[in-house]
Order: sequence, then structure tokens, then C-alpha cells
Amino acid sequence: MGAVVAVLTLILLAVVIAVVSRPLFTAHTPRDPSELDDSQAPARSELEVAREAKYREIRDTELDYRTGKLSTEDYDAVNGALRAEAVEILDRLDALDGEREEPDAE
Amino acid sequence: MALLGGACLVLALGVCAYGICASIYGVRAHRPEFSESGRRSVYALAGILTVAFLVLELAFLRNDFSFNTVADTSSTTTPTFYRAAAVWSSQEGSLLLWAWLLSLWSSLVLFLTRKRMREVSAYATAILLGFGGFFISLMIFYATPFATTNPAPADGVGLDPLLRHPSMMIHPPMLYSGYTLCIVPLAFGMGALLARKVDAEWIRATRRFAFAAWLFLGVGIMLGARWSYSELGWGGYWGWDAVENASLMPWLTGTAFLHSLMIQEKRGMLKVWNVSLVLATGTLAIMGTFLVRSGVLSSIHAFGGATLGVPFVVLIGVLVIGSIYLVSSRREMLRSEHRLDSLLSRESVFLANNLVLVGLCFVIFWGTYFPLISEALTGHESSVGPPWFDRYTVPLALVLVLLSGIGPVIAWRKATFANARRNFMAPVLAALITLTVLLLAGVSAGKPFAIAMFCCAAFVLGSVGQEYWRGVRVRRAIAGEPVPTALVALVKRNRRRYGGYIVHIGIAVLFVGVAASSSFQHVSELSLSPGQSTKVGAYGVRYVRPIATITSQSDKAHTGATMSLGAVLDVSKAGKHVATLSPSEGFYDSGDPSEGSVSHLIGGQAVSHVSMNSGVTRDVWSAIAPDISTPRLQRIMTIANRTIPYIRPDEGMIALAVLEREYLKAPPPAQFKLIVSPLVLWIWIGGGIVLGGSLIALWPAPSAVRRRVSVRARSRAARDLARA
Repeated sequence: MGAVVAVLTLILLAVVIAVVSRPLFTAHTPRDPSELDDSQAPARSELEVAREAKYREIRDTELDYRTGKLSTEDYDAVNGALRAEAVEILDRLDALDGEREEPDAE
Repeated sequence: MALLGGACLVLALGVCAYGICASIYGVRAHRPEFSESGRRSVYALAGILTVAFLVLELAFLRNDFSFNTVADTSSTTTPTFYRAAAVWSSQEGSLLLWAWLLSLWSSLVLFLTRKRMREVSAYATAILLGFGGFFISLMIFYATPFATTNPAPADGVGLDPLLRHPSMMIHPPMLYSGYTLCIVPLAFGMGALLARKVDAEWIRATRRFAFAAWLFLGVGIMLGARWSYSELGWGGYWGWDAVENASLMPWLTGTAFLHSLMIQEKRGMLKVWNVSLVLATGTLAIMGTFLVRSGVLSSIHAFGGATLGVPFVVLIGVLVIGSIYLVSSRREMLRSEHRLDSLLSRESVFLANNLVLVGLCFVIFWGTYFPLISEALTGHESSVGPPWFDRYTVPLALVLVLLSGIGPVIAWRKATFANARRNFMAPVLAALITLTVLLLAGVSAGKPFAIAMFCCAAFVLGSVGQEYWRGVRVRRAIAGEPVPTALVALVKRNRRRYGGYIVHIGIAVLFVGVAASSSFQHVSELSLSPGQSTKVGAYGVRYVRPIATITSQSDKAHTGATMSLGAVLDVSKAGKHVATLSPSEGFYDSGDPSEGSVSHLIGGQAVSHVSMNSGVTRDVWSAIAPDISTPRLQRIMTIANRTIPYIRPDEGMIALAVLEREYLKAPPPAQFKLIVSPLVLWIWIGGGIVLGGSLIALWPAPSAVRRRVSVRARSRAARDLARA
């Protein structure tokens, strides 16, 4: 029984070492486009988060308006401001991306 | 196999130590391969702890009493169903469950964020592995699940009879999943502070985990309440017990966080508040585990020993001091990007909701830890009871329910009084109609808080109902869909919003059940002999005849009790039969020979098996405490103890059969607790609605999963929209 346990433990140890150490022995090749320019990645992902949040805010504001929680006057003001903010975020993303187009663009 | 389990723990600790070093080195030295290696350490940890957990689970299922844990918390007479769950009834097994669940959730979140937030993830990895290492260290140095005894005892002590309840199969894993999931946002929050990247991305990455933590904690709390109601024999579902409170506190701060994070996502506000809430929730989760496992406060739910107090106190101290340091040293970058546009806005309602939730948490924290605080200050331990908690929590709960109805009808950013007046019309009308109906129905005005809660709940139903109705109307106007299709489409397109509204309904329904059952219940505690009757509220209860069973095979409750004694009760209302109840009390083997060769068979903890008739409008609940201390029955036991040797439990069972026959022939008066509580069922229904709403809100929107449009295409579309 002791020998079986020792063998099982050694197998477990070998698997753990193989799993954990693999990145140390394989050259780091960026696969994700965002990895190509790592210095830009944090800024881009931050802007993408802001963009998604802004889109959601625009949708929520529209739903608020349509369900009678906002007057037309307030809706126009808030919606205009939100869209301007969205465009600003998109411009900043454009500036980061340059001319690069994503291959899976719809 | 214990050796393999022990080796797994040592290996796991080594992996944690390596992973922490690799992650921190990777992020500090800009060597992503080391960070990646650290992340993989978490996967390896999950694998190792899975093996360790399987080893222990198999030991329980195979009745391997060479494992001390198995011998202490299981036995051959413990039913298989409960043997499988006995793993987490022990101190050691529950620590292993904690570490295992943490490793699984950590692996999941790190896998999902593997291509994002590299710096934050690396720090989060180190913190998660730090927690894993802490619990593994406890198992290695304080309470090892793989300690063995040679030779192994022939049988074990058996599972604590109180834990032999179906909900105990899933209550601890749910609660521990909640606690461990609370650690994920904490780790990422700390990671974001350490990496000085405190934008909304870490919140987006861990939002679902925070929600899942809240959901699991909620389910765990509900299951615990159900267990308390149907197993503990006192007839309540919530007793402001220290351990109950310990699970409620992170749930409250988690609820606050789930609301306030929306403000940060949308407006870039409340960054200090949000990160503080996340850190507080994680710390409270650790404190919850500490309370259950340290034995520092007395609780009917605390199953741990006193050995783990010091390590937990050190961990909590490090967490509190570390959190305060990190938040205060990063306060400049946590400054809000915007200010509140209007006091009449959903942001304001969320802020108010946050203050109430944190206030509730503070009250509960003070009441829970008051024994420790008073002992530290005065040298005498004093505690506060349910009336103290009720005095502060009931008004706060009322405000909370009211706010959950106000939030949905107020717009983000800015609402006008004219719109608000129109939107509040239907909810206020619903509350007023409820008040009128209650007063006309003669509901006692001496219960103002209960009546206020019913009205607040009606307000919530009115406001959420109105929101659904208006949303469906909008969908129908846009797409011309029939009502059911429009309703489904509305919820599918806005899962968080409408799922959240369902949660609000569930909370309102739950509080209606709590208010009704606690304010209008009838309780009777008395002694009855067969043939005698009593009145409980509008119900008559007659003790028809005694019942008794011996041996685990015929134990009606299937809990492994050696002997069960109970009663058949006839419940009637206005002369009409309503239900037949059969409460009983189970007597278990104490395993203590000093009690006598036969007496020990029934000398363990006596556990009440509650019997109730549950309905939409009320529950009739009953528990019995039979008396076996009469001279006649005691004489049988004395003779049996004197004549039957300890090594002949089969003969002992025969003696118990004689005892059973004598009890049935001339039953002594039994003590009964009878309760008629209105609307208890709605507490569980409310919990179910909360669960359903949470799952809708938690479910990923298809658009978020699949929709990938180029940035430039979106940019053009947005500009077109802006010009339109």
C-alpha cells in the first residue's frame, strides 16, 4: 500500500511540475492581437470597459425614457451627453488602434 | 490512502508558496512567463486538493475508521446519505472543503481573465494562493484531515444527530462557496490597488463572482434557516445566533456592493466605497469562517474547536490593516470621475440603500461581537438577544424594502418631480389599498411594523409590476410582439435590470413572510397526555396516541436514531379535521460505556423531529419532548444495564424493545411545543423568487458573448447616432 501511495504521489508531483513549469520552458509568443503591443493593452481594455459601460448607459437611459421615467427634455440632454462621451471613448480607441482592422468585423 | 492525502496537503502548500513567489516575481520583474506559471499553480492546486478531497470522501463512504476524522464524525449506523455529507461536519473536513472550493473558484476566475489585466491578475493570484496556503497550513499544523489511528476502532462516534437533515448535504457547501467566492473580488480588489489600476475593469472581471458569492451565501442562509425551522425544535428560522449573523454580514455588504458597483461602472464614482465594500465583504467572509471554526462565541451552529482562534485572528488583523493601508495609500487614484447630478436619481437611491445595508451590517456586527467587546472592556462577557437586534434591524429592514421599490421607478442621472409623481402613483396606490384591506380585515393595529412591512411590500410589487408592464408595452410598440414574447424579449435584453427587479419582489415577499410569522404567531408549550387537547390560535390539537420505533432500520426519520418516541396529533379547525402530525424525538447512541451497557444506546443527544402541516396561509408546527425518566421506565434501564454486558448491543436492543412496549402501554405525559405561524411558506417562496431573479441577472447576455464588432465600425455607428 505504501509503495502504491508513493508512486501515486510521485505521479501527482510530476504532473504538477509539468503543468506549473510549462510557461517557463516555452517561448512566449503572443497569440492574441492585444498582446502584440503590450504597452497599449491596459489602456485599450480600460477604454473597452468604458465603451461597454457607456453603451449600456445609453440603452438604460433610452429604456428609462420609454418607460416614462425621464421627460423628453431631460432625455435629450442626458442622451446627447452620453453619446458625446461614447464618441470620445471611441475616438480614443481609434487613436490607439490606428488603421488596424479586426479580422472578424461584421 | 491517508498518506496520499497528507502528501497532497504538503504538495499543495509547496505549490501555494511557489505560485505566490512566481506571480509576484513575474509582475515585479516584467516576466510574464512567471506570472503565467503562478496562474497555473492555482490550477495545479485545484487538482491536488480535488485528489485530497476524494481521498477523504472515500474514507467516509468506506467507513475507514483508521482516519480519526471518520471515526469522530461517522459510524457504520450513519446512513450513506449523511456519511457523504459528514466530511464537512468535522473541523478538518470543512477546512479542506473551504480550501478546495477556493481553489476551484480561483481557477475559474483566473482562467476567464487569463488574457486581461495581467498585473492585477498576477497580484490576485498571489493573494488567492495566500488564502489557499493559510487554510492548507491549518490542515497541516492544527487540524489534519488525514491523521490516523492504528489499530482502527471498530466503529465511529457517528454524525452529530442535529446535522442529519437533508439541507445539511448542501447548506455547508453553499455557504462555503459563498465565503470562498467573496475572496475572489477581494483578491482582485487588492490586486487592482497593488497594481494601481483601479478602473472598472477589475470590477467587470469579478462582478459575476461577487454576484455568485451573494447568491451562494443567500442560498446557504436560506437552507440554514430551513434547517433551523425544521430540525432544531425551537420553532424559529432565525435566532440572531452568532453564526447565522456571521453569514448574513458579508451578504449585506455584498448586496451593497452589487448596487454601488453599477454607479462605478456607469459614472466612475464611488471607487473608494466599492473597493472598501469588496475588502470588507471578503474580511467578513473570513470572520464568518472564524466564528464557525474557532468556537470563540457560543453558537448552536459552531462545530469547531478552540484551536484555530489565533491563526484566524492574525489573518483577520492582516486583512484589516492591509486593506486600510491600501485604500488610504491609493486614495488619490480612487477619486471619483463625476459628481452626483441630482438628489432625485437612481444613484441617490442606491447610495441610500448602501447606507442602510451597511448600517444593518454594523448593527449586526456590534450585536454579534458584543460578548467579545464587553469582555475586553469590562472583563465580563455579556450578550444581546433577539429583542436588541429587532429594535434596530426592523426599522432598517422597512427602509430597505421601501428603497427596493423606489429604485426601479427613478431614472439614472436625473429625474424630475413631475415624472417621479406619475411613476409613484401606482406603487403608492398599491400600498394604500393594502393598508385599507388590512385595517378592514381587522389586522391588529398593535403591530405597526408588520403592517408597515406589508404596505412596503405592496409598494415594491406595485413599482416592479409597473416597470414590467411599461417595459412590455414599449417592446410591443417597437416590435409588435404579443405580451408573452414581449415579456421574454424584454427580460432577455435587460437581464440585469429585470432579473434584479425579480430579486426585489422576492425580498419583499420574504419580508412579508418574516413580518407575518414573527408578529402574528401563536405558541403553546405544555404537557399533554394521550386523549387531552389544547387550543393554539384558531386550531385545536389533540394528543391521539404515542408512537415509538427502535433500531436505525425502522427509524422513520432515517437518521440512524436507536430509538424514536413520538405522538400522533390530530389538528382541527372549527371542528373540522385539518391535519395529522407525528412529531418525535430521536435518541442516539452516545458511545459512552460509563452510561451503562444499554443506557448508552439512547444516551446521546436527543434530537427533535419536527412535524408540521405547511400551507399557503399558515404552518402548524409541532415538536415533542417525551419523558423517559419516570421511575417505571428507569427501572427497566437499571435492570438491563446490570444484566446485559456492553459487548451485546443486540441484547440491549431487546431491552429497548421492552422499554418501548412499556412506554406505549402507559405513556407518561409528554412536553409539546405547538406553533401556528402565518405565511411562513412565503419566506421560502420569496427565497426561491430571489434565486430565480438572481439566475436571470447572472446569466450572460448573448450579445456580450458573441457580438464582436470592430471598434471602427462602432465608432462610425456612434457618430451617425450622434448626428441623427
